[in-house]
Amino acid sequence: MRRPLTLLVFVAGPLLYLSRRRGAQRERVHLAYDDGSAVTLARGAPESERLLELARQAL
Amino acid sequence: MDAASALADLTEISSQVDAAVLLDEGGAVLASTLEDDARSERIARTAVELLHAADERLGREGRSILRLEASLREGSVFAVREAGRSIVATTSPSPTSGLVLYDLKACLRSLEQADEPAKPEPRRKAEKQETADA
Repeated sequence: MRRPLTLLVFVAGPLLYLSRRRGAQRERVHLAYDDGSAVTLARGAPESERLLELARQAL
Repeated sequence: MDAASALADLTEISSQVDAAVLLDEGGAVLASTLEDDARSERIARTAVELLHAADERLGREGRSILRLEASLREGSVFAVREAGRSIVATTSPSPTSGLVLYDLKACLRSLEQADEPAKPEPRRKAEKQETADA
């Protein structure tokens, strides 16, 4: 009984952690301007936090 | 084509769009794919705030933001503005951004084209009446 549980903790735990981390890293804001230029802001950039928070409210 | 028809076309061609709301220049809802008016209003208000916040923080002199894509773990939010109207759409996570943006722009352009006065059809030359003299 303990072995499957240990296996679950040591295998599924890190996998879950890594997938959540990758998901968080994918969070970003991409802006395109009328002159053809564009900017991408990853999560953690000061300007992106407010925009991501607003976007979350729309979902 | 009216706003509701443009959105109906959008949802027909773009399977990735979960919800879409069309807004006028003042941020009022023109049409929505959602039946829930309160949710449409909320998305519209958020879109206006989102574009305003983006303009404030990242707008630059002489340039204005035309398209915005916010990718989150829960899904993505797209906002496109053109010729006084805006469209905001939500999708599930990891959509094909290029396709969604293309479809949103096409939706706005179809409305823009509908606004343009219809060109008069070229006149056909009056068909000669053939007389059966022979």
